[in-house]
Amino acid sequence: MPKLQELQDLTVQVRRDILRMVHKVNSGHPGGSLGCTEFIVALYNEVMELKDGFDMDGKDEDLFFLSNGHISPVFYSVLARKGYFPVEELNTFRLIDSRLQGHPTTHEGLPGVRIASGSLGQGMSVALGAAQAKKLNKDSKLVYTLHGDGELQEGQNWEAIMYAAGKKVDNIISTIDYNGQQIDGATNDVLPMGDLKKKFEAFGWDVLDIKEGNDLEAVIKGMKEAKSRTGKGKPVCVLLHTVMGHGVDFMMYTHAWHGKAPNDEQLATALGQNPETLGDY
Amino acid sequence: MKKYIDQGKNDTRSGFGAGLTELGRTNPNVVALCADLVGSLKMEKFIEENPERFFQIGIAEANMMGIAAGLTIGGKIPFTGTFANFSTGRVYDQIRQSIAYSDKNVKICASHAGVTLGEDGATHQILEDLGLMKMLPGMTVINTCDYNQTKAATIAIAEHHGPVYLRFGRPKVANFTPVDQKFEIGKAVMLNEGTDVTIVATGHLVWEALIAAENLEKQGISAEVINIHTIKPLDGEAVLKSVKKTGCVVTAEEHNYLGGLGESISGFLATTHPTPQEFVATKDTFGESGTPEQLMDKYGLNNKAIVNAVVNVLKRK
Ligand SMILES: Cc1ncc(C[n+]2csc(CCOP(=O)(O)OP(=O)(O)O)c2C)c(N)n1
Ligand SMILES: [Mg+2]
Repeated sequence: MPKLQELQDLTVQVRRDILRMVHKVNSGHPGGSLGCTEFIVALYNEVMELKDGFDMDGKDEDLFFLSNGHISPVFYSVLARKGYFPVEELNTFRLIDSRLQGHPTTHEGLPGVRIASGSLGQGMSVALGAAQAKKLNKDSKLVYTLHGDGELQEGQNWEAIMYAAGKKVDNIISTIDYNGQQIDGATNDVLPMGDLKKKFEAFGWDVLDIKEGNDLEAVIKGMKEAKSRTGKGKPVCVLLHTVMGHGVDFMMYTHAWHGKAPNDEQLATALGQNPETLGDY
Repeated sequence: MKKYIDQGKNDTRSGFGAGLTELGRTNPNVVALCADLVGSLKMEKFIEENPERFFQIGIAEANMMGIAAGLTIGGKIPFTGTFANFSTGRVYDQIRQSIAYSDKNVKICASHAGVTLGEDGATHQILEDLGLMKMLPGMTVINTCDYNQTKAATIAIAEHHGPVYLRFGRPKVANFTPVDQKFEIGKAVMLNEGTDVTIVATGHLVWEALIAAENLEKQGISAEVINIHTIKPLDGEAVLKSVKKTGCVVTAEEHNYLGGLGESISGFLATTHPTPQEFVATKDTFGESGTPEQLMDKYGLNNKAIVNAVVNVLKRK
């Protein structure tokens, strides 16, 4: 499967982009970005049905909303390498006068972004609106979202989760980055959330697990399965089991790299573990 | 002009952390709450020393405000900690109904206010919070200028009964308030007496106002500099006394000109002593990513901007 090798290469390159972006400005969020690399790469290159170019309304194509906006590095890298904007622009991440704001925004007109995010807990509601607009437009394409697991502590999510099932919004697939970490520590220490699967099911969602959220093939397979479950009267939730900081050994299995950039030496080590594939920007 | 010495750059949020730590040792009724930002709010020491008086709420600010309100019923003095954006706009109705309208003794402590939070960008840089909070009846609104003043204010608000919004920031800035200066809520601090123009500043802009006054002095302009750390209740008397002498005023704040300190001053002076005024504030815009210095410069929030505003207001005297 040559395509899979290409995507594997892209995944490694995206990890390099993430690390180099946050290192340059000594700020930003590598942990969640690295953990969601396979997911975002798969989504944009294998799962979503996309038109060429970008327009805000996104009619007759699948839409994606990043609710956990702090993982903007992985989002920007995948968008750039998909052709939404020049890859060199990754150089401007978090700099003044850039379209690549710390958290994604529509304010500077970056192609690929349809809503600001960063203040957590708001993305699912927006996605539900977009999904219902698609239904009104007789547009059969889907709406995808990504949320942090800690982010689910925000009550607005549960308003949206209740609404989605109650109103049978079955053209949405919401994925949870189930890494078990947030800023102050493990989610289980900060605020235990219990059995997320049972919670979503109790709210009326169809829930599936992707146990190997950092295995590209497993992610693609799981997301295709999720897709096949849409249109059946229930919103679909994917619990994506990931490792925060995946791909850089010293960033894994800890919340320490949630929002911290590597220094020069750490960057060199991290890049050494992810050798250049498609070419650095 | 009076000389102020920077005792060593420090962040105002660390002043909050130090004040909270001291309160932990001196006031058993003080409790603290945080919504997954313990490190950013510098609350670690309080938590270490008083684990049973700390409540980790998770990423759920609305719930935090409600729990804080409830803790006051039973005599606790809750200090909530999160970023300014998530301390205000995010939870406005919870504050309005459960805290302000219900007259609950909650201290809403808000870090990372304004553009100086830097690279995170506009989603996190609230420039509207002073306006939101000052519009709530009964809410005391404070914006401190440096580490020492933030520490003193944190301690002072525990003694004040009623809801308080305490605003501070992320970057390390000059620390020039004398360490033993008592913090009096609602009482402006006269930093430099002058005769040509009054500069009323709050928060991070106070140090910039002092630099501006020094530069103005070199041009032969005598600036009076007042630190208004309490936006509400406003020390109208201090402002009035000053503008009666100087005849014009420049207000300076890291906030939108709509809803901020400048608006409070102009509203007050319009009804007492109409005075030409210029605003150093953001001009109805969101912020963006960048370093704090770049952003202060781009959005006209530094000593240069204050000097320009003084030059302009003097023409209107
Ligand atoms: C409303 C709101 N509150 C607090 C924050 C600060 N914050 C940014 S990321 C984060 C932790 C998010 O945890 P999770 O969703 O699990 O993401 P991960 O750390 O796994 O990337 C917090 C508290 C925020 N951005 N928005
Ligand atoms: Mg997480």
